[in-house]
Amino acid sequence: MTHLETDVLVIGAGAAGMYAAMAAAGEGADVLLLDKSLIGRGGATIMAQMTVAVALGEQDEDDWRRHLDDTLKAGRGICNEELSAILCHDAPARIREMDGWKVGWARDPGNDRIACVKAPGHSAKRCVYVDFLDTGPAIAQTLRTRVGRTRGVTRLSGMSVRDLTSDGGRVVGAVAVNVEDGRVVTVAAKAVILAAGGLTKLFQRNSASTNMGGDAYALALRAGADLVDMEFPQFFPIGHLAPRLVGMDPIMWDPFRYKLGGRLLNGRMEEFMHTYGEVDDGTYNAPRDITSYAIVKENEAGRGSPAGGAYLSFTHVPEEELRAAFGPTIDLLLKNGIDLTRDAVEVAPIAHFHMGGVRVDGRLRASVPGLYAAGEAVGGANGANRLSGNALSEAMVFGERAGRTAAQDVAGTAQGWTEAAAAPALALLDQVRARAQATPEGAVAETTRTWRDLQALMWDKVGLMRTEDGLTEALGEIRAMSAALPDLTLARGARFNSVVEEWFELRGALQCAEAVTLSALNRRESRGAHQRLDYVQTDPSFERNQVVRLRDGRLESEWVALTRIDPARFEEEEAA
Amino acid sequence: MQGEEQQTVPVTVMRGLDRDDMQSQSFDVPFVPGMSVLDALIWIRGHADPSLAIRYSCINANACKECSVMVDGQVEYACTARLTPAGATVAPLENKTVIRDLVTDLAPSRERLDKLLASRR
Ligand SMILES: Cc1cc2nc3c(=O)[nH]c(=O)nc-3n(C[C@H](O)[C@H](O)[C@H](O)COP(=O)(O)OP(=O)(O)OC[C@H]3O[C@@H](n4cnc5c(N)ncnc54)[C@H](O)[C@@H]3O)c2cc1C
Ligand code: FES
Repeated sequence: MTHLETDVLVIGAGAAGMYAAMAAAGEGADVLLLDKSLIGRGGATIMAQMTVAVALGEQDEDDWRRHLDDTLKAGRGICNEELSAILCHDAPARIREMDGWKVGWARDPGNDRIACVKAPGHSAKRCVYVDFLDTGPAIAQTLRTRVGRTRGVTRLSGMSVRDLTSDGGRVVGAVAVNVEDGRVVTVAAKAVILAAGGLTKLFQRNSASTNMGGDAYALALRAGADLVDMEFPQFFPIGHLAPRLVGMDPIMWDPFRYKLGGRLLNGRMEEFMHTYGEVDDGTYNAPRDITSYAIVKENEAGRGSPAGGAYLSFTHVPEEELRAAFGPTIDLLLKNGIDLTRDAVEVAPIAHFHMGGVRVDGRLRASVPGLYAAGEAVGGANGANRLSGNALSEAMVFGERAGRTAAQDVAGTAQGWTEAAAAPALALLDQVRARAQATPEGAVAETTRTWRDLQALMWDKVGLMRTEDGLTEALGEIRAMSAALPDLTLARGARFNSVVEEWFELRGALQCAEAVTLSALNRRESRGAHQRLDYVQTDPSFERNQVVRLRDGRLESEWVALTRIDPARFEEEEAA
Repeated sequence: MQGEEQQTVPVTVMRGLDRDDMQSQSFDVPFVPGMSVLDALIWIRGHADPSLAIRYSCINANACKECSVMVDGQVEYACTARLTPAGATVAPLENKTVIRDLVTDLAPSRERLDKLLASRR
């Protein structure tokens, strides 16, 4: 076993984690940055191809308070306004900082203004990007380079964090495994920042990387921390469905729609958004939650596309325009057999982002001392529905704040690590390893199948269309799957044992699934991404947030009042 | 077995913990036009043998660049290499140390635990 010590431990190295590591080191802390995959590559950040929302005021007149108004409106009344305000207020500083680090924000032709597009739900052109479809990769690359040059930050790839360690109600470090050789590593830390991303892998149709199984939320739950708004996974309405397309992320049609409009059609090649109170008409303004709902409803009515979605067509757009907007991407599509001047593609809702997450205060402190969160791991800033572009701003803004706060909070304090605190987590690792080694020759591991079952269950019963019966059944099935977990057949071997990795992932994913399902069951109304077929109205008495936590091995839930702020006061306090 | 129309293709993978002692193993993978080599490897993990080790993250976005392997002797990203009806032979990268099966030591040396521990000794 190996033991490491650090002032600040950052778990997950996407935009949030890398920013947090740099900010903490900037305050003089010694930082350890871990990722179960490769640093800067494993999560959503590098996959993002679209835009970052930020009120720069370079194109339209704009300021952070307008961005805040739009964010709160999209959030359907239940955003944590303090977190939303932080997101909108700090975003311009982060985006300009990234500009200084040469991330390469697209510029207007002929002048030096940063180009901005208007994404759905935004009242101004405020979404910046890197051409062509390179926003996330450029952010990841820039931060990887910066963090690599930051004194005080040690990076480790391939370190999968299994549990946080607590002593006397305080988080004092973590237990991890070096995936390539199975070595167990304990880490003593004065502060731990959870930046391990979201949970969309829980749903059958998703835009997730393989590392987005909800570890951040599960780690927080098991450490006794509160989660909030877990009933709100976001479904992106027009994820790519068919034909099979390789080399592009399934969210790719979003920027196509910003730039070129495109037409959303049902299986009869007719526009349908007007039936749901919106207009399409070649524009791209309808909110995500309503578009997802409309596509599912068209399919229910037998008017879906052949693969079960809707058609998206750019056949009316001249080829020169397609090429001017997307250059090499048009050839990549041709290689995939898709000629946009001729063919419509099929799109459908897919799980894309999680609005819920770790409940934090305005300094990104979780409800348990010593624990912080950043990025998609945080719940609250986006309420019941996120505006596009807000996730990357959130990752950078919250990462910077969490890193700074954590380092300041622990400066001059001592480590609280005790071996006894790590003992339960280490015992479980030993037990699972022993079970894996005892797997009979020829036995087929069951972890992958269980993952598939969970994804199908979550999609069918906890996905876009929820009912009391479906959710209740799902809760029972999730609990049964958790109970069966200790008996799943594993596979032998210490080195890169993906089956053991999957077993631990499942342990967390099932806890997240239970938190999402329980929260969805309790919210007996429809709001934003949470649509109940049996409670179709938005009910003002649910203008509250739901908190879940683990107590004595059971999930309990509690309703809490909304966090409201006065933007003018907030601005003064930030200036002070 | 699947229905009769379901065409399968042979996918051969090299397995083992040591480059000098790898065994090949073949699987019949259901063929869907347009599928990638990674789709086939994920199918094998999900339906035939979950212990097959492969490294990947973004699955089809061609973003993470973690899925580099040899496909029929060429360096390819498994998630963008298309599987053809002829099938494919997949092996670990040639210029890297084999960790397990198709997984090689891709992490930069400054991000590796063994290097960190060695530097602290
Ligand atoms: C395909 C796609 C496209 C998107 N496009 C956009 C867009 O255009 N604009 C926008 O604003 N948002 C977009 N989003 C959302 C946005 O990308 C994410 O919300 C944001 O990048 C999250 O950043 P993060 O740093 O919090 O997490 P991530 O970037 O997901 O990083 C989390 C990291 O934690 C690691 N990790 C997980 N568990 C563990 C563990 N147990 N131990 C160690 N490490 C762990 C993972 O390997 C991963 O590297 C998109 C998301 C996807 C999936
Ligand atoms: S899996 Fe990410 S590039 Fe292939």
